[in-house]
Amino acid sequence: MKKSGRFSLTMLAFGYAFLYVPLVLVVVYSFNDSRIATIWGGFSTRWYGELLRNDQVLDAAWLSLRIAATSATLATILGTMAGLALARFGRFRGRTLFSGMITSPMVMPEVITGLSLLLLFVSLQQLTGWPGQRGFSTITIAHTTFSMAYVAVIVRSRLAAMDESLEEAAMDLGGRPLRVVFDITLPLIAPAMTAGWLLAFTLSLDDLVIASFVSGPGSSTLPMYIFSKVKLGVSPDINALATLIIAFVSVGVLAAWLATRRRA
Amino acid sequence: MNRVNAHRRDLVWQNIAIATPYLWLLLFFLVPFAIILKISLADPVIAQPPFTPAFDDAGRLDLTFDSFTFLLTDKLYAITYLRSVVMAVIATLLCLAIGFPMAYGIARAREEVRGLLLLLIVLPFWISFLLRVYAWMGLMNNHGAINNVLLALGIIDAPLQLMYTDFAVFVGLTYSYLPFMILPLYATLERMDPDLVEAAQDLGASSTRAFWDITWPLARPGVIAGCLLVFIPAIGEYVIPYLLGGPDSLLIGRVLFDEFFANRDWPLASAVAVVLLLLLVVPIVFLQRNQARDEEGAA
Repeated sequence: MKKSGRFSLTMLAFGYAFLYVPLVLVVVYSFNDSRIATIWGGFSTRWYGELLRNDQVLDAAWLSLRIAATSATLATILGTMAGLALARFGRFRGRTLFSGMITSPMVMPEVITGLSLLLLFVSLQQLTGWPGQRGFSTITIAHTTFSMAYVAVIVRSRLAAMDESLEEAAMDLGGRPLRVVFDITLPLIAPAMTAGWLLAFTLSLDDLVIASFVSGPGSSTLPMYIFSKVKLGVSPDINALATLIIAFVSVGVLAAWLATRRRA
Repeated sequence: MNRVNAHRRDLVWQNIAIATPYLWLLLFFLVPFAIILKISLADPVIAQPPFTPAFDDAGRLDLTFDSFTFLLTDKLYAITYLRSVVMAVIATLLCLAIGFPMAYGIARAREEVRGLLLLLIVLPFWISFLLRVYAWMGLMNNHGAINNVLLALGIIDAPLQLMYTDFAVFVGLTYSYLPFMILPLYATLERMDPDLVEAAQDLGASSTRAFWDITWPLARPGVIAGCLLVFIPAIGEYVIPYLLGGPDSLLIGRVLFDEFFANRDWPLASAVAVVLLLLLVVPIVFLQRNQARDEEGAA
């Protein structure tokens, strides 16, 4: 028993080192004065300054944040509807196809999703003239489509784990179905919806491949900008950008965790 | 009477709640696949868009299997598909080998630390995927941290070529997809009663025997889910082989991307996608069955 305990402890330590050492090194090297990113040239914060003066980065970041916020909101609305439909509305026509379409986007290789959506937008443009230009709207639609699947799955599993008796009681007391949804069900699944929104937001900020397919000339998201730079190799201002993102995410996630723990 | 009407109106709302996401997915998920299929059966032409329409000027159906014939006869594509599958299988096994003991360790940890340990598994997932792959570029460089440490320790006397090799691709795939393996494994292992293993050991089973007879079968739904969640996206992976792999290590995601953007052969790119999708239909259906069964089991 003791031996297996020590084994799993070693594996845990090794595993966490594997996950975190690369990130720590990026943070350390972001403070490297040298232009050659792999050679240490003394402590400096100059790359942060250059990053904040780089209009291309700021424009790309602003576009990415707008797309992420819009698509996460749309995905939360659509995903919550889908989760409710699957968990509470019983059998309806085409339910099997619906639940298949909900889960498939999550495992579909990004190159296929990206290609298929671009071909759709090209065909739509031929037929209707819309979208005249690919960019914010097409990327937002693409991101909404794959992230609503995640929201639907989260909302659905929350509803499945939840006792239906509260909703049934409200119905028995004469509550109309729609009121019951708004007064009882939605407040109860609000945490799941929040989690879904955050996940959709992150997935959107994270996506490179799908955005590369469905964006047009002149609209680069932040990952597209980063990719165009790191293709050429390690670069110090990307280290600085990565550090800012790592710091922001870590603080946010830890704060959220501490907040939920205190409440529990 | 009023209440009946109100109820009926609510049912209308219920139908809207079903129909809205349904139509969205039909338009933006299912229809695009029909279009991929259609274009894979067209001929490439130099035009905007660069493929022949499904109906010619006389209104006759004009479809061709040229792209598929080309895919099946050119050995390069068969080799690329095979390489992609093999790489994905190896990455999946590596994730399982590292992920299983970690998930087990977390599931058996004290309850106070379990939340934090899980959080630390999920945290990298919230940090940009692209930047996590990028982190390894600095690490595996010829002048990167790994080579510097090995040189300083005197283990090697010339830098190892780590970047732009298959090894680097495996590291990148394992690193990026490890959380997808650990989370479903943890979910099943956490549900397992640890007393079962102890009971088996009390009855004289060795710890290896107890593992293969008790833990492994009980963890199987998690193992299947984790393996498929790593394997399916890894097959089509584009960024990791692009940034970490060598120029000659062609994988199918890269081929699709290049046929589409560099060669502007839309029908061939679509055919590549259709074949990749056919390869993935079996594992995807398998995954959904496994999830459905697991949900029933948990309920």
